[in-house]
Amino acid sequence: MSAPAPSGAPLELCGVELAGPVLNGSGTFDAIAARRTFGDALLEDFPFHAFVSKTITLAPRQGNAPPRLWEAPAGLINSIGLPNKGLEAFLREDLPELAELPVPLVVSVMGFSREELELLVSAAGARAEIAMIELNVSCPNVETGLVMGADPSETASAVERVRPVTDKPLIVKLTPNATDPRAVALAAEGAGADAVSLVNTLKGMALDPRTGCSWLGGGTGGVSGPAIRAVALEQVQAVSAAVGVPVVGMGGIENGRDAADFMLAGAACVAVGTESFRDPGAGRRVAAEVAAITAGAPEAAASTRAG
Amino acid sequence: MSYLPSPRGGDRRRTAGSHRASPAIVEADVALEAPPDAATAVIGAGRRTLAPFGRRLARVTANDGYGAYRLITLRDAAGPPDPRPGQFYMLATASGWGAEGGGRPYLPRAFSFCRVRSGGEPGQVTGTKPGETALDFLLEAIGPGTGRLARVAPDEEMWLTGPLGLGFSPPREGTRPVLVGGGIGVAPIVCLHDELAPSARVLLGFRSSAHADAVGLFGAGSLEPPRVATDDGSVGRHALVTELLREELDADPAATVYACGPPAMLEGVRAICAEREVSAELALEAGMACGFGACYGCVVPTRGGYVRLCVDGPVLAAAALETAAGPGAGH
Repeated sequence: MSAPAPSGAPLELCGVELAGPVLNGSGTFDAIAARRTFGDALLEDFPFHAFVSKTITLAPRQGNAPPRLWEAPAGLINSIGLPNKGLEAFLREDLPELAELPVPLVVSVMGFSREELELLVSAAGARAEIAMIELNVSCPNVETGLVMGADPSETASAVERVRPVTDKPLIVKLTPNATDPRAVALAAEGAGADAVSLVNTLKGMALDPRTGCSWLGGGTGGVSGPAIRAVALEQVQAVSAAVGVPVVGMGGIENGRDAADFMLAGAACVAVGTESFRDPGAGRRVAAEVAAITAGAPEAAASTRAG
Repeated sequence: MSYLPSPRGGDRRRTAGSHRASPAIVEADVALEAPPDAATAVIGAGRRTLAPFGRRLARVTANDGYGAYRLITLRDAAGPPDPRPGQFYMLATASGWGAEGGGRPYLPRAFSFCRVRSGGEPGQVTGTKPGETALDFLLEAIGPGTGRLARVAPDEEMWLTGPLGLGFSPPREGTRPVLVGGGIGVAPIVCLHDELAPSARVLLGFRSSAHADAVGLFGAGSLEPPRVATDDGSVGRHALVTELLREELDADPAATVYACGPPAMLEGVRAICAEREVSAELALEAGMACGFGACYGCVVPTRGGYVRLCVDGPVLAAAALETAAGPGAGH
């Protein structure tokens, strides 16, 4: 594809060349569904410099019972439950379509055991269409009952298990629902991760005003959007200061100013997530705005501190 | 009064209807759009008009009261002139979105378009130029999003993404179209009627006379005027619209039924049509964040598993559903 990427200064992330620093958060943009909706105009104006897939699991998953969404103050609570067609169907049906995107492809995977994770990484690692693999560790390890990404030693064990089976860059997606995300990031780095990305959603819930019971079919969900940006920025800053590997920062980024803040806090790249729900082309807009700020355009860099 | 199952309330806003004709529905499977038989093969391709990529600004040209509802007209200079009845758009105001208290509304809101017109043609819309598309949306203020939208002023700018989803397909050969609308769900029935008149029969149900003012949206194209039922008997028959549907199908079962309305009404329509083996398409509604398949939030259960209403709907074949009143339906 010779389509122009969104504006940005070329950079390398784990040895993969990107035309700029803006990715999508996993699970916040379905390029295949978007192409059905917008046609090939999507490819011509593709909003991201690299595309991150929705999380793939070994077996197909239907996802959680609806309702799955709740609008929160300046944000969203979702309880989607990782619906996906499973590794085999993903590789057979979706990967050829995703390979047509004009940017490098990152595939997100989640295993409910280290063995599952190894199978997923091994299979994804064997495919030339895939540039990088992101490990979604925000799930319980059924063997230990612990959320992998909430615990440094669980995270280290998971990364150690999959590190030998692929040469492709491994990004570990950190959860903010950990006592010490910095310690988890250091554990991931120590076990061989090439990068870390954060934050995933913050755990949250909402009550049905009519019944007083949980609104979401899944009981609890994850909060995203501007509501969590300050929390995300602090975690990105803390993790960036601790690790030597690149950091992909995200959490409520709406515009170039927000993205620039995450990069000033230490992120090498940023990801746009929930804002794409409001504006399908948000990634492209953020890329243009952050490029203007980086280039020193004075109006773009104007302080937003004043009240 | 009950449609069949216990009602979940009256009118629904955000009438994002969808439609699908495939017997085997698997989430995120593009094959879903493949028509199931030759009869719909010609039609299937025409159910989706592509949207320009991204959101765009559109200017409000009118905001008129229609009984309990507002009818908002937008000049969509950059949008396609031919969205399919049943397709929907995501709407948000360009300013003051998020200022209704409690940091809401945050997400755009999904609305089936009610009418589409072209500027510069007979009956042209004030404020549009030749070649520009004018879209009408019907809404009722029931929350922070619809509340803000109900107050838009002429000349105000709005964010618009669409048309989205799959619209209705043409009636089966040898049948007459029977259109059933309930409350705010009359919106996509109006443009479908514009397309199918004069052969269409229209059956409408409302809570009250203030809501029944929406009957005025239906032009004089049909051979017969819409038949109306109200919950309180203030206009038309003191009955549910499903009773009118039974009578209509008793008189002549050679029909293709199209319906949009509250989940309990849709479930009534589904059950009546299933019992009589009448083909039906239902425009459903679910809370949405994105409208283009990104968030997986708007799923409804079908016989083939969950489907995303925004890309595989909002119009679904009634035969694909065990119930139209599942959890998450409506809002």
